Amino acid sequence: MNPTPIREITILPGRSRSGEAERFREITIRPGDTISIVGPTGSGKSALINDIEVFAQNDTATGRTVLVNGTSPPEEFVRDPAHKPVALITQNTRCLADMAVAEFLAMHVRSRKITDEGIIGRTIDLANEFTGEAIRPDARMTALSGGQTRSLLVADAVLIAAAPILLLDEVENAGIFKERVIEVLRAGGKAVIFVTHDPLVSLLSARRIVMRDGAVERVIEPGDREGAALSEARRLDGILRRMREEIRAGNLITGSAEA
Amino acid sequence: MRLAVIAGPPSAGKTAVVRQAIRTLQDRYRIAYLKIDVVRAFEDEELAAEFGIPARKIYSGDLCPDHAGVMVMRDAIDWAGEEGADLLLVESAGLCLRCSPYTTQGLGIVVLSAISGTNTPLKMAAMLALADIAVVTRIDLVSQAEKEVFREKIRETNPALEIVETNALQGTGMRYLLRAIEDFPAITDPDAIMLRGAPPLGVCTICIGKTDIGWQHHFGVIRRLEDADYLYRGD
Repeated sequence: MNPTPIREITILPGRSRSGEAERFREITIRPGDTISIVGPTGSGKSALINDIEVFAQNDTATGRTVLVNGTSPPEEFVRDPAHKPVALITQNTRCLADMAVAEFLAMHVRSRKITDEGIIGRTIDLANEFTGEAIRPDARMTALSGGQTRSLLVADAVLIAAAPILLLDEVENAGIFKERVIEVLRAGGKAVIFVTHDPLVSLLSARRIVMRDGAVERVIEPGDREGAALSEARRLDGILRRMREEIRAGNLITGSAEA
Repeated sequence: MRLAVIAGPPSAGKTAVVRQAIRTLQDRYRIAYLKIDVVRAFEDEELAAEFGIPARKIYSGDLCPDHAGVMVMRDAIDWAGEEGADLLLVESAGLCLRCSPYTTQGLGIVVLSAISGTNTPLKMAAMLALADIAVVTRIDLVSQAEKEVFREKIRETNPALEIVETNALQGTGMRYLLRAIEDFPAITDPDAIMLRGAPPLGVCTICIGKTDIGWQHHFGVIRRLEDADYLYRGD
């Protein structure tokens, strides 16, 4: 879709809320990267992904600059959602249109002038890999649960919008299969950046950006040093997921939830 | 002095857009603000308190707010001049969306909310047709698909319209609106400013307070049921 392929996105430092210069030289994001942005509430996590989303040019509150392939991005990247290489999905992102899932996707497919009709079915199938509650093509968009909506929006961003970079702002709260999402995005060569409070999502990301007082405090590349923590987080996540399913099904949990 | 006229449906985020514009431009311009509303408005007091700029309002009452705006615009330019302003922002509450309050020698800004439904741009075609730039607010709340479709519907109405998408509370994307305000030429002759298109004025007997039902009781612009197909066909 995009005339210019994205090789890399570079974030150049801005200022903290108290006006101090950020202490990193640059942060580079390439296809296939997984990055989580962590830090206390109000530390500037969402502001950082907003800077990426609007390709800040030292004109946002943070003073950061975001480059595409080493230079200022063309204006259409920033202004035209159909040319924008970034899809931002937040907890607030909604589908307002009161129409069926298949019609909604068809509307997007038409606006993108995509002729491949199979893409609608494939998008719904992909979304269903992310959620435990199956989405049916004839379900109303407005009747989908939070998890179904997020799953569908991620699948739409991957297949129909074909955005090379996905920004996911605390989507883990909606109960989607985080690991599967990360797997699919990585396999598809997408760069994905999570704003997250979730230990598993953080540990699954190859890099962690730590925020404080509106600024990037440090960037951690754990490599394989957190392997033990990751398997622990996976085990706990599995326990919680099974308990969730039992509770949803109306069962009493009397035995162990270990796999 | 530069002039920008901001219009759009109620609660579209017009004042949030104005606030962002003032916040960024106040270092470079002395800004005056006029709000035209129907019954109550508080924006003039809020903006005057927040930014210390000359601000005032008029209530259109029984008159359509866009008509009221047309009536007072020339006076407003004099007022802003007396205040030493070099940028006058006029915000109109224009309600029925058939009017287009934009003038020559001033930037026409239409503000629409992305959550107002994908067909809204088609419903306010008259206003979009004569504007220079559309600011789509609350863009952070809608899905990618709806963003794209909304944009397409705006383009369908006016292919030449410049579109700025923003979360006006955060100010994202506003740099393009600010550039448009600054790039627009200043007023050269205030006495030659004209409305860009003839609005559906027709100050009719209902406008002035006659409440009888049925065309037989009215004069001026009247319509029978049988020939009411084109209640208005504007520019």
